[in-house]
Amino acid sequence: MSDHVTEIVVFTALFLAVSGMGFVAARWRRPDDLLSLHEWGLGGRSFGAWITWFLIGGDLYTAYTFVAVPALLFGAGAAGFFALPYTVITYPIVFLVMIRLWSVSHVHGLVTPADFVRLRFGSPTLALLVAITGIVATMPYIALQLVGIEAVLKTMGVSGSGLLSDLPLIIAFVILAAYTYQSGLRAPALIAFVKDILIYLVILVAVVYIPARLGGWPAIFGDAQAKFAATPAPGDGVLLNANNQLQYVTLALGSALALFLYPHSVTGVLASRNRDVIKRNMSALPAYSLLLALIALLGYMAIAAGVKPIGTDVNTVVPQLFDRMFPDWFAGVAFAAVGIGALVPAAIMSIAAANLFTRNIYREYVNRDATDVQEAKVSKLVSLVVKVGAVLFILLIDPQFSIDLQLIGGVIILQTLPSVALGLFTRWFHRGGLIAGWVAGMGAGLAMLYVIENPATKHAHFGGSAFPLAKLGLDTRMTVYAGFLALIVNLVVAALATLAARALGAPDGPDGTRPDQYTADEGDPRVKDLDLSSST
Amino acid sequence: MPDDKSDRSPWNWLLLVPIAIPLMTFLYNADEPRLFGFPLFYWLQIAFIALGVATTTLVYRVTRRGRRRP
Repeated sequence: MSDHVTEIVVFTALFLAVSGMGFVAARWRRPDDLLSLHEWGLGGRSFGAWITWFLIGGDLYTAYTFVAVPALLFGAGAAGFFALPYTVITYPIVFLVMIRLWSVSHVHGLVTPADFVRLRFGSPTLALLVAITGIVATMPYIALQLVGIEAVLKTMGVSGSGLLSDLPLIIAFVILAAYTYQSGLRAPALIAFVKDILIYLVILVAVVYIPARLGGWPAIFGDAQAKFAATPAPGDGVLLNANNQLQYVTLALGSALALFLYPHSVTGVLASRNRDVIKRNMSALPAYSLLLALIALLGYMAIAAGVKPIGTDVNTVVPQLFDRMFPDWFAGVAFAAVGIGALVPAAIMSIAAANLFTRNIYREYVNRDATDVQEAKVSKLVSLVVKVGAVLFILLIDPQFSIDLQLIGGVIILQTLPSVALGLFTRWFHRGGLIAGWVAGMGAGLAMLYVIENPATKHAHFGGSAFPLAKLGLDTRMTVYAGFLALIVNLVVAALATLAARALGAPDGPDGTRPDQYTADEGDPRVKDLDLSSST
Repeated sequence: MPDDKSDRSPWNWLLLVPIAIPLMTFLYNADEPRLFGFPLFYWLQIAFIALGVATTTLVYRVTRRGRRRP
């Protein structure tokens, strides 16, 4: 531990300074009253292009990015690079979708994707399913952020074994929980500035400085190639092979479709001021993808530098690389960037999960006449519960393959696509059909994940998200992303059940929206304003 | 509703280009030609970021409706 004193001091100082910002954030762009979900949970729906860029960027490109994607390249090579096409294609895909969600949410004061489903299809059951899916998918994602912090702590030698070793992690999350409780979405929005600047700084230095010390890029790729050639595993290499290309493409596409279904992405989008802010951000956010590509290649740099993971935890390779390559003080800055990088998304995710609980479970089933103040109070408490859950998740379950936990979350969140994303464009699907599709997609997805084994980690089940088509009786060694197949099952069942429901004459639920509300913009009347003017 | 409030535009079809291209592995799953020591697989996929930015920026600019509104 004594070798790492400088790193620990720099890390702690930056971490505490940023935490201080989190508490001050309650006063930033101070609203008259923080006690409503519009203010606490969505920052007053007032963020302009710059704040939104930092907020969504800080939200989507997480500590997971920093630690797990390079770990994947370190372990498997090219297959791990799927994260790049994934984040390139997601923006054109959602470009026209998110502006419609923003508009209808603006008009009706909606806070969560499940709110929209409730209004659009008039089905509390379907909304509940969407809400629960969102909460369940978000929990491992928050846990994943902790894995980032843990990897850094391990490298600095402050995390060993036993209960005491988890103390720094617990302290970090207590601080995070406290300022999220107090400041709501304003806290991660303000911290995101620091987080992103630190990460850009660290990565730009890393991609210039480290290759120079390792003999340049050709040497780095050469070392990676030599490593994969020497391993017995058939699927690795610096290029894709015949059997994992379909997996690569379906995983990139499936992940891209899933990204903006996550409640925390929706929270970031709904917090923006108007449609123009969203469209401009869909063009500007890929700047982070460039960063992501460079970060991913840190995995190969770690191979070239001869880094060995601590124990079996491959997530430690990037912190180890920084520790070995950088002077102590800059390694401390880099570690702080990872640690703070975990705080921003963890805060937004816990807010999003809490909003889902409040709006779609508490308000729907416990207290129908909840006031704004009651909603905000429930959300604040639930955001604490969610974080405790995430900490337990990490402390009790082996976090080694954190990226697969997140992939399981991706498989299940994809099952909300027909009701949330397609629902924004069409009401052709019957609410009963959407429920049937969700059940089928969820069942198929979980069944596929269950039978995927991973010999490398000695997992007989839930060993990853690459589903071998041979399990369906096909004579091939190709694999495909389980979530993608599950989504197809979901859509087919939803369509068939819709036709059946129509044939049987089952009534549609009431649609609370009008077509023009999907194109409304800042300044257009909101339902709340109309209600107020007509009732007074 | 008046037309200027609609999101419909033929320009939107352009968005399919940066979605489809990065999913075609045969375009980039090769080592040569290299650029700055990067195999094709890496540098071309990084170049697709520019394709995505250019397309979304273009579609955003030509479909902007702000100025026509009172």
